[in-house]
Amino acid sequence: MIDNIDRNIIKATQTGLPLTPRPYHAIAQQLNLTADEVMGRLRKMLDYGIIRRIGAVPNHYALGYRYNGMTVWNVPDEHIDKLGKIVGKLEFVSHCYHRPRHLPEWPYNLFAMVHGKTQSQINQQIQQIMELLGEYNHGHETLYSTRILKKTGLRI
Amino acid sequence: MDDIDRSIINNLQGNFPICENPYAQVAEKLNITEIELIQHIEKLLEQGILTRFGPMYHAERLGGGLTLAAMQVPVADFEKVTEQVNVFSEVAHNYAREHELNMWFVLATERPKQIDSIITAIETKTGLHVYNMPKQAEYYIGFQPKV
Repeated sequence: MIDNIDRNIIKATQTGLPLTPRPYHAIAQQLNLTADEVMGRLRKMLDYGIIRRIGAVPNHYALGYRYNGMTVWNVPDEHIDKLGKIVGKLEFVSHCYHRPRHLPEWPYNLFAMVHGKTQSQINQQIQQIMELLGEYNHGHETLYSTRILKKTGLRI
Repeated sequence: MDDIDRSIINNLQGNFPICENPYAQVAEKLNITEIELIQHIEKLLEQGILTRFGPMYHAERLGGGLTLAAMQVPVADFEKVTEQVNVFSEVAHNYAREHELNMWFVLATERPKQIDSIITAIETKTGLHVYNMPKQAEYYIGFQPKV
């Protein structure tokens, strides 16, 4: 688990690294730590998966990926882990999760967010997932967002 | 966007090194100078092509609670309910979607057990049922678009 020093490092880096030749030294100086301690803790958080990755985080929309859809699928629970991994590997899928059904009104248990540059690309992607799931697909829908009502990002 | 910009986006969505001079190390691999790399990242951030340059944290592993929730909001009340939901600081993202379940939001709390009480509070405030859909398994996360 993370401690208060980790927490301070997270707070100092969650909006980005300093764009200076020695960014970890700059963070260390700001937090009154040694650079070795900052780098050691970041490496540990990376190893433990607390940091998913370090690098450039592009704005999908600015790169031309202006269309996205939340595809939701009803697949048998006993096969969902196998199917989720297959769907998750598709290059246009950004997130793929198993979530609970709420019967009878919400029968879907597999969620996959798809991204494309055109609506027809999205339609093809949905078709591709449908073919991959084959007989295991017991129904699906795609929910398109019409408006962002709030977006603050996750901050500790 | 120039070749350096494309190279940054295509090669640098992960694996940025943790060392004394990480920009210099990456720049050498990309066959550019450290200054060029830093200036191009700065420009991509200013232009909004990059939203961030740095670590991407895994929210749940920080010890907090996280869930996706949905509501069926009567169209006539949509603006009012949006305000009622958004006022909670635990609501990180909120999207209107075309479906009977027409409002979808992400809740992030400091501790996992706070999720239930926030959901109850939102239900009390709006008078609507909240469908809680916490993830039970994650199969993939990390769309890395190329340009």
